[in-house]
Amino acid sequence: MAEKVLMKGNEAIAISAIRNGVDGYFGYPITPQSEVMETLMKEKPWETTGMVVLQAESEVSSINMVYGGASCGKKVMTSSSSPGVSLMCEGISYMAGAELPCVIVDVMRGGPGLGTIQPSQGDYNQIVKGGGHGDDHNIVIAPASAQDMYDFVDWGFELAFKYRNPVVILADGVIGQMMEKVEMHPMKPRMTDEEIREKAPWATTGKPSWRNYNIITSLSLDSDIQEEFNRKLHAKYALIEENEVKYSEYMTEDAEYLFTAFGCSSRICEAAVDILRSEGIRAGLLRPITLFPFPHKEIKRLAARMKSMMSIELNFGQMAEDVRLAVEGQCPVGFYGRQGGNIFTPEEVVAEFKKFNNIQ
Amino acid sequence: MKEEIIIAGFGGQGVLSMGKILAYSAIMQDMEVTWMPSYGPEMRGGTANVCVIISDKKIGSPIVTKYDTAIVLNQQSLDKFENAVKPGGLLIYDPSGITREPVRKDIRICRIDAITYAAELGNAKVYNMVVLGAFLKIHPIVKSGNVKKGLEKSIPARYGNLIELNSSAILKGMENVETVNEI
Repeated sequence: MAEKVLMKGNEAIAISAIRNGVDGYFGYPITPQSEVMETLMKEKPWETTGMVVLQAESEVSSINMVYGGASCGKKVMTSSSSPGVSLMCEGISYMAGAELPCVIVDVMRGGPGLGTIQPSQGDYNQIVKGGGHGDDHNIVIAPASAQDMYDFVDWGFELAFKYRNPVVILADGVIGQMMEKVEMHPMKPRMTDEEIREKAPWATTGKPSWRNYNIITSLSLDSDIQEEFNRKLHAKYALIEENEVKYSEYMTEDAEYLFTAFGCSSRICEAAVDILRSEGIRAGLLRPITLFPFPHKEIKRLAARMKSMMSIELNFGQMAEDVRLAVEGQCPVGFYGRQGGNIFTPEEVVAEFKKFNNIQ
Repeated sequence: MKEEIIIAGFGGQGVLSMGKILAYSAIMQDMEVTWMPSYGPEMRGGTANVCVIISDKKIGSPIVTKYDTAIVLNQQSLDKFENAVKPGGLLIYDPSGITREPVRKDIRICRIDAITYAAELGNAKVYNMVVLGAFLKIHPIVKSGNVKKGLEKSIPARYGNLIELNSSAILKGMENVETVNEI
């Protein structure tokens, strides 16, 4: 039986990194995710698995260390919170351009600017629509529990290497700070040099005589070559959209009303669905687990039989735009959100739902 | 079964670790838990609180506004959470932390003079365990064997000698909790 431990989402990220054979973590402290590096420093994985843990002098350095490690085919990662991730965006774009696998954890807090240190989902557009400049996409996965935080590290690296693409675990202050039961799976060793050469033949692992040298770069001064490359990238994104969409449904079988929510908001919406169901109102919830690729088809399918839908987010309706695109006008789509680090309660969501649907 | 508990007091009183030990004890009997702290600059010397939810089913929202139990260790927390206890619920307070007695008549109210009992045990740091004992006496939602296991999991091995002291503090709280208002 898997070992069950009580831990914060942030601690789960750190422990999972060690237990899933991650080669390196580079970061810079920022609330509400500082426990990630704190836990790694406490666990001293360099003495056990050989994993490197380094506090860089800034987020810019951290992401470029990740670039360097990833270029060598290593499983490397970083974590930060909103303002820190903004600093990393240049590096994220470079990694998308150089097709480098990595995992970046963003434990969102209220913004803009330095904002607050309380939970938020205000960086949906920033992370899901790109992450950096230049028409690129991150693969974005959104945990809703400490167990997800634990599981998504390994899943994130799997996706990152499968598609040679940065993966962002888009969490929030609630998921980072909350402690829950986490089931730990057996340890995975770090990849050997042999395994890296096999799994990442593009990596700069030293040039053998039988192949040409590998180049890792995001620079191309020829527009035709750049255009060709961008087409290749977008064909990859299309493949990701085809194969990797993940979502969960709660009480949707007979639902007439549907909430859409991700991360901690989906947990609160689950409770709101329970309240509405106890009053005889047939509500359900769709939680996108992958934000890119977004579950367009599934939302469209469900929208066909809904009286209305409502997107519930800790922002001013960023995912709601994607939901509306997916719904294609089949039913009205409302929105309710809180901002700046404030969080709605299930009762508040129920009240807003009733207001939107004119239910007394 | 689902129990939503708010534990609130000053930073340093052991509010967060009391919640953690309670949550760990519940995991030891295979229940679901969430432990959601208030976090932020207000924690430094100011108020600290943690919401612990224990349930035999998967827990949806970790954020709630009404509680089955409120454990309040200072006046600010009593002011903030007395009215957040569900009718028929439980309020536990430390009389030395407050200047105004709770007034609700529709909830069970208990007091535990934890500072005195912690002093009797010779270590003020076990204050929070005395309070935990008081709560577990009224609401034995976790078995005492599992509380011991929870303590073992929560306390670093190098402080293993403190498990006994913490256990006796829990016992002290159980023996000395007084009910001041029955419903």
